[in-house]
Amino acid sequence: MRFEYAAAQETRTLAALRDSYGLFIGGSFAAGASVFKTISPATEEVLAEVTHGATEDVDRAVLAARQAYERVWSAMPGRARSRYLFTIARLIKERAGELAFLETLDGGRPIRQTREVDVPLAAAHFFYHAGWADKLGYAGFGPSPRPLGVVGQVISWSSPLLMLAWQIAPALACGNTVILKPSEATPLTALAFAEICRQADLPPGVVNVVTGDGATGQLVAGHPGLDKVAFTGSAEVGKEIAKSCALSGKPLTLKLGGTAVNIVCADADIEAAAGGIAAGVFVDQGHVCCAGSRVLVEAPVRDELVAALRRRMSALRLGDPLDVNTDVGAVISRAQLDKISELVASGEAEGAQRWSPPCPLPDRGFWFPPTAFTEVADAHRIGGAELAGPVLTVSTFDSPAEAVERAGGTRYGLAAGVWTQRGALAGWLASRLRTGVVWTNAFNRFDPAAPFGGYREAGFGTDGGRHGLEAYLDLPGGVDV
Amino acid sequence: MSEVALRTTYRLRIGGAFRRSESGRTFEVRGADGGYLANAALASGRDVRDAVAAARTAFPAWSGSSAYDRGQQLFRVAEILAEHRARFAAEIGRAVGVPAATAYAEVDAAVDRWLWYTGWTDKIAQVRGGANPVVGPFVNITVPEPAGVVAVLAPQESPLLGLVSVLAPAIAGGNTSVVVASERYPLPALGLAEVCAAAGLPDGVVNVLTGEVAEVAPWLAAHQDVNAIDLAGAPGALADDLAVAAAGTLKRVVRLPDADWTAEPGLDRMFGTLESKTVWHPVSPGL
Repeated sequence: MRFEYAAAQETRTLAALRDSYGLFIGGSFAAGASVFKTISPATEEVLAEVTHGATEDVDRAVLAARQAYERVWSAMPGRARSRYLFTIARLIKERAGELAFLETLDGGRPIRQTREVDVPLAAAHFFYHAGWADKLGYAGFGPSPRPLGVVGQVISWSSPLLMLAWQIAPALACGNTVILKPSEATPLTALAFAEICRQADLPPGVVNVVTGDGATGQLVAGHPGLDKVAFTGSAEVGKEIAKSCALSGKPLTLKLGGTAVNIVCADADIEAAAGGIAAGVFVDQGHVCCAGSRVLVEAPVRDELVAALRRRMSALRLGDPLDVNTDVGAVISRAQLDKISELVASGEAEGAQRWSPPCPLPDRGFWFPPTAFTEVADAHRIGGAELAGPVLTVSTFDSPAEAVERAGGTRYGLAAGVWTQRGALAGWLASRLRTGVVWTNAFNRFDPAAPFGGYREAGFGTDGGRHGLEAYLDLPGGVDV
Repeated sequence: MSEVALRTTYRLRIGGAFRRSESGRTFEVRGADGGYLANAALASGRDVRDAVAAARTAFPAWSGSSAYDRGQQLFRVAEILAEHRARFAAEIGRAVGVPAATAYAEVDAAVDRWLWYTGWTDKIAQVRGGANPVVGPFVNITVPEPAGVVAVLAPQESPLLGLVSVLAPAIAGGNTSVVVASERYPLPALGLAEVCAAAGLPDGVVNVLTGEVAEVAPWLAAHQDVNAIDLAGAPGALADDLAVAAAGTLKRVVRLPDADWTAEPGLDRMFGTLESKTVWHPVSPGL
């Protein structure tokens, strides 16, 4: 079934896009030695020139953050930090339209999702953590827990504004100062956030934004002047950072990728499961770190589920991310598109059955159609790898115990969805799955009050909730996570 | 031209209305220098009844709204309170007879206190609740829930900061309230009621009665539909009587030593108006 809609694009007047952006260090924007171009993945057009942070820039940012930490931020009463964070939350709300537009333009994520999910959640994270800034003594980490100091945060291109909020809000609430390095693919919302910090009169140096590519990320993550490193991104880079922190003894949190699993039991509401699965993997073109790409379905309802998934996939609209009718936007980059294409080709070569609905792709930009594999074996590469694209794999199981065992068969342990109408079974699966998050009869739910994090190679450290504060406090005994 | 001041009669705040006492009675509110400030309504037993009914009516929606939404709504109250800083400071200055700087400091501290409790709406469950490691095959969690309708006797001194310090913990936890304002300094409580209305706080979450504590409070303490009472504003002997009356319906009684309202309050008051609910959820792979 196909419905036609008139185009409903966001207008470009929402955001004043500048031709070039400097680095945000010590409260002001400064030019650097070299620049790179950030493009729209949907059209490949150049959006702006962004500064490439070099060694001396990172040094300056760390110095600014250190001075802000020692002179202002760590000495400030919690209620004053709280007020700054409330103000930032308010400003994010006030500039919500602009931020959603920039996020979609720069990252290819459909505007409906950035506007309705990412930006409101980012504001909520600041609001929530504003409330913690003046009550850290109640968080269960001792009567007056101390901050760590200067924190380097390197984040990825998947929901970058929300990931920024996940890192910066608790760091500031706990009294740390920050150097943030956004992905070279999606620097624009981080730069807009830098402006918001200025608007909020945040003391200079409390938040510094240094843009650049992986080399800049290495400079930030490896800087000797930091007291803590937080990294969101690929497992390979995460492991390198873990090794260097292992030597320096620096506290570290890692939010790496993974593949999330959806377990559909025979008694499940199949339509609800199909809806949740489709939303969970095709949202953000499968770029979310916890995209539910692996579907394990109990054998008797396999055909019914596959049919329901295909029906939903056929209704997905792929195209201009700035159109509110769009469900599936653009893949973040050519490199990512090549990676997805290669993995999908390997799936076919290894004997899995590939299916996509008829889905014309735009001529320019980076696109991949919603794709489902059936007849997938766990030994297939696509059966366990992080796909990071709009691709899901379906295989069957015969008992709840088998589902748990197979779910644990990857190196990751980030998240799982459980679909059954039997509460006791949902509870049993939830208690046995080795993942940091379990959604029952739901998927991809996020809330600032709910801790989020993964087991094993999904990373370590928890974001959100009371538990998330631990990552940004200097705990007695030196517990590092 | 000489200005003739318009004399104000402050109303009670009951549900969505600002209204006179059902009894028609009023009293004069005078400043520290003895000068006339305003008239206020002298609440009666019937007003108590109406205020409790309004609080009860508001309870399901307020306690059922998400902690996030309650936080947003209370934050809006703090914003408007801060906007009206000058008005409250002037009122406190005239009523209590303190210098402007002291009055402003009380208003600022009240805004901070309100914000402090605002932040608790979505955090108290993680501090007071938790997962219980029971032996049997169950997921077992305990969550705090609001007691219901809370009668709040505002402190007789510190008309704004003290009031905020006893009211905010009750409603942040999801309770609805009937406030009995300070007898001598009732105007800031009525001003706060106006702020709550302007902030769009749902009607009935904060009801404000003015008058004589010794007349009004016993009605509240004995009322069948009041679930908790904070005795901050009752002098010792009266507080004893009220505590005994409250025991007749096993109300939760919050009776804490006289506080230094400028100090960080701790969680006693929030805990005092919360119940705990423990949920057992079975865990089983089979039928």
